[in-house]
Amino acid sequence: MPRAALLDPQGQAVEHALHALGFAEVGHVRMGKHLVLEVTAPSRDEALARARAMCDRLLANPVIEDYDLAVDGEVPGGTAR
Amino acid sequence: MKRVAVIVFPGSNCDAETLAAARAAGSDAFFVWHRDTDLRQADVVILPGGFSYGDYLRSGAIARFSPAMRAVAEHARAGGAVLGICNGFQILCEAGLLPGGLMRNARQRFLSRPVWVRVEQTDTPFTCLYEPGEVLEIPVAHGDGRYVAEPGVAAELEATGRVVWRYVRDNPNGSTNHIAGVMSAGRNVVGIMPHPERRAAPALEGGGQDGARVFLSMEARHATQDVADVRAVDDRHLRV
Repeated sequence: MPRAALLDPQGQAVEHALHALGFAEVGHVRMGKHLVLEVTAPSRDEALARARAMCDRLLANPVIEDYDLAVDGEVPGGTAR
Repeated sequence: MKRVAVIVFPGSNCDAETLAAARAAGSDAFFVWHRDTDLRQADVVILPGGFSYGDYLRSGAIARFSPAMRAVAEHARAGGAVLGICNGFQILCEAGLLPGGLMRNARQRFLSRPVWVRVEQTDTPFTCLYEPGEVLEIPVAHGDGRYVAEPGVAAELEATGRVVWRYVRDNPNGSTNHIAGVMSAGRNVVGIMPHPERRAAPALEGGGQDGARVFLSMEARHATQDVADVRAVDDRHLRV
């Protein structure tokens, strides 16, 4: 996601379009990217730690973006997906 | 005559003009493919404009991990001159060799038109032949040209005189403080969003030659720097 303090022109354009369609209740629309990763790891925590490393190294640029991680589904036997 | 390496990434599209502009300024300019790790004793490295890796993920985010970039970072750390133009500027920011970042233009549209920039600093390897305050007409061609930096970082850039060019007349992309180009703390790494190589020869775009001195400066600056940078160690002369 673009950092909250920074102008997000894409989010603004989407917000204007929603207002034009009559969705007056919506505000502060922000637009980012959604990446889906399949990570093989011995545990949920280790999968998260690796994904966090990937974000810090490549997937997000902390100067302009914030990111959040969520574990989507977990395969029985301890492998996070 | 200085050796100028123009790094070519997959998706670079201003590499030929940049090479031509450097050669027209008298440099011994050559291409270095992004997979090469040898800059072949370059005095100056230029990262040209274009759309490396299709701007996937973020502009410059993938190119900054190209093997050549490790050599570019070493060259920069040793005080070597580096210029990033447009996508090259984005790559230098992603690599952390310049502060801040470049985001989608405030008005969303891709911009391809002349803009006007004021030369704010002339103590760089790429602006030493300009007069401070000179206004240049140079084209931009970018979708992600809005320069942003943390308020503290922007204030430091201003306080230390590291804004090299600033948009005047209008702020085409919504950049913080109208910033069109910045330099590193060491004052050797410089990035610019507009394209000086497109205003470096009379035949190009039928326009002026306001960008030519960016390339002529490389030669002028290094002519004096070489003398200062060569030191005698024992009975040998080393370039440091």
